[in-house]
Amino acid sequence: HLATSLPLPPERDHLRPRIDLVAFMIDIKSKYSLKNVEASLAYVDDSFFLGKVCFLVTGVGRVNYCSIEMNAIRNLGEVYCSPVLFCELEVEGSQVATAQRLLRMLEICAGHVPGVSALSFSSLMRNCADD
Amino acid sequence: MDETVAEYIRRTVLKIPRDEIKTMLQKWGLLSETQLQTINFRQIKENISQDVVQLCEENSADIKQAAVLDIIYNHVYPNKRVWSVYQMKKTGEETEFFDLTDFKKKFKRRLRSALKNVTINFREYEDNAIWIRIAWGTPYTKPNQYKPSYVVYHSQTPYVFISASVLKSNLPLLCQALVLASNYHDIREMELRSHSLNSLKDIVFKRYSQNFQTHYPRPLQERNVAPESADLRIIQENKTEKERIERVNREVFGDGPQPKLEFAQYKLETMFKSDPQMDVLDKKEPFRCLVKFSSPHLLESLKSLAPAGMADAPISPLLTCIPQKARNYFKIRERKHFFPGSFVSP
Repeated sequence: HLATSLPLPPERDHLRPRIDLVAFMIDIKSKYSLKNVEASLAYVDDSFFLGKVCFLVTGVGRVNYCSIEMNAIRNLGEVYCSPVLFCELEVEGSQVATAQRLLRMLEICAGHVPGVSALSFSSLMRNCADD
Repeated sequence: MDETVAEYIRRTVLKIPRDEIKTMLQKWGLLSETQLQTINFRQIKENISQDVVQLCEENSADIKQAAVLDIIYNHVYPNKRVWSVYQMKKTGEETEFFDLTDFKKKFKRRLRSALKNVTINFREYEDNAIWIRIAWGTPYTKPNQYKPSYVVYHSQTPYVFISASVLKSNLPLLCQALVLASNYHDIREMELRSHSLNSLKDIVFKRYSQNFQTHYPRPLQERNVAPESADLRIIQENKTEKERIERVNREVFGDGPQPKLEFAQYKLETMFKSDPQMDVLDKKEPFRCLVKFSSPHLLESLKSLAPAGMADAPISPLLTCIPQKARNYFKIRERKHFFPGSFVSP
């Protein structure tokens, strides 16, 4: 399901399946997209932040057009205990690789991979912060 | 033939893309078909131009004839210059019959009485457009053929499109001559400038697709929009919002292509509005600021802002009023009302 912001329109509530993963997309060229994501985060239930939220930052191929600082993004990931994935969706190779990563994460979040749960993502995050 | 004329012809030919040279020379008409046959148009431009000059030598071309080639080039490639729009005013209501010969005579006479050294050329085109090329000199120097001014006048309208050369000092004289020759009383510069002459014409002659305020209720259940993604597994949560944005955008911009402008400039002379506790400016003076938008195609990019999710729809009327108001240079002053605000000055 694609949405431009949260909260989701209530009229479609009855048509929506269970949500397993929320990926917030940030375009590094647009401060507006970061603001939008920050505003939308307020509408996410706390339980999602145990590994069912991730941030997808696109546009990293063009360094000259960065409007958002790396610190802001890193901060976002730390505050919300969620992984940040960098990609360049305008390049087909990166598109495919990102889709595969997200799909793998989704499989885990939906409980389709025995022995691994979404909580593993949060613990991975903490390890990275320690070193 | 004068050396300066030869050099001018050579340089003008060099400006023309190689594949267009033959057609333009034919339009020019100075060289006969047999003469043109002798030129090899597949050699490098440097050599083509030398051959052309040689043949012009045989025909003893003068500067006025050389200037015609320049007009033809600029008529085919007007977008290489920046054009400003001027509007002439008549106090009376009478629409006099436009006499082209009379116009040309009066125009030349006015310019020549002020400046002895000018080269003036006229060329008429189908859409009632009169192209005028003026090369300016001084009482002591010959006209500079490399910095001419161009005027495009549509005789059935009060509009004149001017591409002045760098020598702006001749502009008042040029305006005066135009007003006199066309039997108007006054001329004023509109705040409208662009590289695209045709787009400027589209704006002032209202030839672009405008948004008409039709008040009929939007038909419900109209699903004639093709599905955005062929993949039915992708579900757009905000489809209603997207459709609203499309609708509002279409209402504001119309359906057709937008006129091509490169800039919009807003000169702000408004008070700086800050938190009164911050007290940034202790003097209550207008905060002077210039905001300039530039783009290869400004209006199209504004039209695509909301659908691309980069701005909220509807877009600020300060941006969308550009074609209707026929201006892209604005001055915004403080509104002298009880409520603080701003208005666009005429």
